Amino acid sequence: MAYSEKVIDHYENPRNVGKLDDNSKFVGTGMVGAPACGDVMRLQIQVNDNGVIEDAKFKTYGCGSAIASSSLLTEWVKGKNIEEAGQIRNTEIAQELALPPVKIHCSVLAEDAIKAAIRDVKDKQQKG
Amino acid sequence: MGLPIYLDYASTTPVDPEVADKMMQFLTPSGRFGNPASRSHVFGWEAESAVEDARGEVAKLIGADPREVVWTSGATEANNLAIKGCAHFNTRKGKHIITSNIEHKAVLDTCRQLEREGFEVTYLDPNAQGLILPEMVSSAIRDETTVVSIMHVNNELGTRNDIAAIGQICRDNKVFFHVDAAQSAGKTVIDVETMNVDMMSLSAHKIYGPKGIGALFVRRKPRVRIEAQMHGGGHERGMRSGTLPTHQIVGMGEAFRVANVVLPTESAKIARLRDRLWTGVSDMEEIYLNGSPNQSVPGIINISFAFVEGESLIMALRDLAVSSGSACTSASLEPSYVLRALGLNDEVAHSSIRFSIGRYTTEKDIDDTVSKVRHAVYKLRELSPLWDMFQDGVDLDQVEWAAH
Repeated sequence: MAYSEKVIDHYENPRNVGKLDDNSKFVGTGMVGAPACGDVMRLQIQVNDNGVIEDAKFKTYGCGSAIASSSLLTEWVKGKNIEEAGQIRNTEIAQELALPPVKIHCSVLAEDAIKAAIRDVKDKQQKG
Repeated sequence: MGLPIYLDYASTTPVDPEVADKMMQFLTPSGRFGNPASRSHVFGWEAESAVEDARGEVAKLIGADPREVVWTSGATEANNLAIKGCAHFNTRKGKHIITSNIEHKAVLDTCRQLEREGFEVTYLDPNAQGLILPEMVSSAIRDETTVVSIMHVNNELGTRNDIAAIGQICRDNKVFFHVDAAQSAGKTVIDVETMNVDMMSLSAHKIYGPKGIGALFVRRKPRVRIEAQMHGGGHERGMRSGTLPTHQIVGMGEAFRVANVVLPTESAKIARLRDRLWTGVSDMEEIYLNGSPNQSVPGIINISFAFVEGESLIMALRDLAVSSGSACTSASLEPSYVLRALGLNDEVAHSSIRFSIGRYTTEKDIDDTVSKVRHAVYKLRELSPLWDMFQDGVDLDQVEWAAH
C-alpha cells in the first residue's frame, strides 16, 4: 500500500493527539468505528460560548489513512464554529490526503466523528 | 534508507550463493543444459545424472528412497497432486478426507475443489496453541476416509504437529497420510519411515533453493497410488509429466544437501535469535505469543500486540520485512484464518506479526528489530483510544461499537 506524502506526514507527526475533559459541557466527544473493523476514532472538540471550536484532540486506532484523516480534521475544525465544522465533507478530506478508493471509508469515519462530537456538545449544552 | 531487515524467511528465502553457482552450470551452451529425458546422447545423460543426484539428496533429508521422489513445480502442486491424486484413485473405498482448518491455502483450496466434486471433507479445529492432536484425527476417521492431510509445521505460527503419532493412527486405520512439509524440511528432523508418512510435499525456496521447484514423496512400500494431474510425456513414472527443469532440480538438491549438513547448528543458532527477540519484547504489557512455546520450530515467532491496529503497525515497522496477521488486499481487512482458528478475536489477529528468522539473520538484526518494535508499539498506543480505555479500566468487550 503506497501512501501519499500527506498521509505519511500526518502519520509521522500527528497533530492534536490527546484527550479533553469529557465531563465539561463545552467538550463534545465523537467516538466512531469498531475494533473488529480495524478503525476506532475518538474526536473531541472544545467550544466557547459563541460555538467556536477552540481546541480539538483525537486518538485513532486504525491504519495510516485513518490516523491522517482524523489528524487533518482536528486542524481544519479549530477556529470554525460548529455549524461550519459540521459542513466538512469526507470527500474534501479524501481529496486533501489523496486517499485511494479502498481508504475512502477512513474519511467517512472522520466525517462521522466530527458530526458525533458536534451532536454531543449540542446535547450537553441543551441539557445545561 | 537501506533495505528493511529481512525477517520473512517463512515466506521465502534467498538462494544460497553456493546453490546459485551450481544451478548456473546447467543452463548455458558451455554448461550441462541437456534434457534429462534425452536417452540418445551425452547431454541428456549428464542432465539425467544431475537430476538423480538431486533426487538422492532430497530423499536423504526425509529418510526416503530416491525412487519415491516426484519433482513438481513447488509445494502447491505437490499438495494438489497428493490430495487430488490419492482421493481420486481411491474413490471405490470412499470419498471422505480429513484435514485441518489451519492448513496452507494450497491444501484448503484443493479440498474445497474436491468438495465441489462430491467429496466430503472434515476440517479439524486446532487446539488453542495451534496444534492438531492425534486424537482429533482418530476420532474423525470413518470407514469411507481415504486421505488425511495434516501439515508438519504451520507457516504462521511455527507450531509442529506430532506427525509420527498421527501417522501411526492413519496406518492402523489403513488411511493414506499426506503431510505438507513445506515449512519443516530442513528446519526439523524428518523421517518418513518412522513417521509413517505416505505422501509428503516439499518446497525448495523455503530452504535457500530456487522458487518454482518442489517435490512430492510418494511411498512405494506399502505402495501409494495416485492419479496424475498433469498428463503428457509420462515423466516421473507417469505421476507428473513435463520436461524436468534441470537447473531448478539441481538447485533444490544442493539446497537440501546443505540443509542436511547444517540443520543441527543452524536450528540452534536460530533458536538463540528467536529467544533474544522474545526476551527483548516480552516485558511489554499486553503482548501475546501465539502458538506453542515448546512444540514448534525456532524460525517462526508470532506475536500479538493488543490495542494497536495491524496495518498501522506494519507501516510503523516498515524498516522490517515481516508478515502481518491480516491480508489487507482490499477494503475489507481479512484477519488471518489461522489466528482466528486459535480463537483470537479479529482485532488481535490484525495486530499480530510473524517474525521469521533464517540463515542470514544476525544478532544486530534482532536487536534493531526489538528497538523498532518497542518504539512503534509505544507510539501507536499513545495514539490509540482503545489503549486509553484499557488503561482507564474499561472492558472493551462490553462497549457497544457501531460496526461499519
